[in-house]
Amino acid sequence: MKTIQISTTVNGDALETLCAPDETLLDVLRNRLGLTGVKEGCGTGDCGACSVTLDGRLVCSCLVLGVEADGAHIGTVEGLADHDHLHPLQRHFIDGAALQCGICTPGILVAAKALLDRNPDPSESEIRYWLAGNLCRCTGYDKIIKAVQSAAAEMRSA
Amino acid sequence: MRYERPQTATQAAQLLANEPGLARILAGGTDVLVQMKAGMVTPDLVVDIKKIAQIGNIQSEEGGYRIGAAVSGAQLGEHAGVCAQWPGVVEAAQLIGSTQVQGRATMVGNLCNGSPAADSVPALVAANAVARITGPNGTRDCPVADIPAGPGRTTLTKGELITSVFLPARPQGAADAYLRFTPRTEMDIAVASAAVSLTLDAQGRCCEARVVLGAVAPRVVLVAEAAAALIGTHLEPPALDAMVAACRAACAPIDDKRGTVAFRTQVAGVLAKRAAVIAQTRAGAKS
Ligand SMILES: Cc1cc2nc3c(=O)[nH]c(=O)nc-3n(C[C@H](O)[C@H](O)[C@H](O)COP(=O)(O)OP(=O)(O)OC[C@H]3O[C@@H](n4cnc5c(N)ncnc54)[C@H](O)[C@@H]3O)c2cc1C
Ligand code: FES
Ligand code: FES
Repeated sequence: MKTIQISTTVNGDALETLCAPDETLLDVLRNRLGLTGVKEGCGTGDCGACSVTLDGRLVCSCLVLGVEADGAHIGTVEGLADHDHLHPLQRHFIDGAALQCGICTPGILVAAKALLDRNPDPSESEIRYWLAGNLCRCTGYDKIIKAVQSAAAEMRSA
Repeated sequence: MRYERPQTATQAAQLLANEPGLARILAGGTDVLVQMKAGMVTPDLVVDIKKIAQIGNIQSEEGGYRIGAAVSGAQLGEHAGVCAQWPGVVEAAQLIGSTQVQGRATMVGNLCNGSPAADSVPALVAANAVARITGPNGTRDCPVADIPAGPGRTTLTKGELITSVFLPARPQGAADAYLRFTPRTEMDIAVASAAVSLTLDAQGRCCEARVVLGAVAPRVVLVAEAAAALIGTHLEPPALDAMVAACRAACAPIDDKRGTVAFRTQVAGVLAKRAAVIAQTRAGAKS
């Protein structure tokens, strides 16, 4: 299959890559750009492990073609930390033990950040609905919700 | 597979019409990519419509709204005007999938995928929405109700694509509502669903109604007898009972692990009744 050249901005960096027309954005990010923070759980939009932002909107990268990212801005978990300074969400996930195996974590962090960017003070039920498309087989969700709440509180007081 | 991203609907129609193999239109991709991944469809050509001018916009038109075919559920929910005028359509579209799916999924994709359980379709039919279609021979308008042809099929012909859906203006005292039953509260497919759109006159009497059921037949069902049961009433218990009976009589569902015929039929009536009362309350608050 003929590959296509695409230009995209990932976490603020302008990048060029080749990709096949039927390759997903998830595969392009992981296999061609080496951004392995984005995870594949299901490949069919059900688990949210592949969550990224596409021009500011939270999406499943497994449901986007790589070629659709041409000219777009992508945000992944690799863009959350400011060099050595973890994002408050990342710190609160570690401090609150909001992960076990960690495969859902990058997607949940990206999704939670997208929520807090829109709504700095979400209620518990708003957080639960927003994250309903991010499945976690390990934690039982409670610590995840608490970590998002405490990160949000810290960010509001900053 | 070839990927094309045309700038106009006419170019898109030509690409689709000229493709000898299997072509797929790509809007949000939340059905298309899942089907490609599962090997259910292996398109020779994918036509991404999102770069067509205006297709991602919501525009006021004659007191109503023209919703571009690439408008996502999330974008629809952020539009205060549509939310105020067509709350039932918006709540139906926003039931589709998770936040991530909402960022991509379109109502037109939901319609053209052809699932009898598609959430936005009953609400669009209740709203008397009209699809604008571009094809190799030009542009035509078609009621959304006439687009589904059965599971996985539409009445669109080769080369045709929908560019927008028009939600008409509403009189004072009009509102709509959509409800579905799913085993889980989120991320699940409707076992039965109901949309009701109605208008109340100055005395609060129902003067116009459309009652539509989803997931209880191969196609969405507009139940004229159910609407007739509401018109001229204040939705008193006997009127609602007559509407529920008409809805149940119109059900011809499948029997599967997600719901039996009896269950789907029962639930469709309950949902229609609740949706009618919600629409009435909303309409009352507006008038
Ligand atoms: C995790 C998950 C959860 C879901 N939950 C729900 C749910 O709760 N309820 C529900 O109803 N659906 C659900 N869906 C299905 C899907 O998200 C919806 O049907 C969605 O609205 C499809 O829109 P799309 O823009 O992504 O369509 P696409 O995948 O882009 O297209 C769908 C079909 O429509 C055709 N098409 C698209 N646009 C046009 C056009 N303009 N003209 C002509 N044909 C066109 C395509 O060729 C394709 O056949 C879910 C999907 C996933 C992955
Ligand atoms: S891998 Fe994309 S949603 Fe599961
Ligand atoms: S920590 Fe294992 S899936 Fe969430």
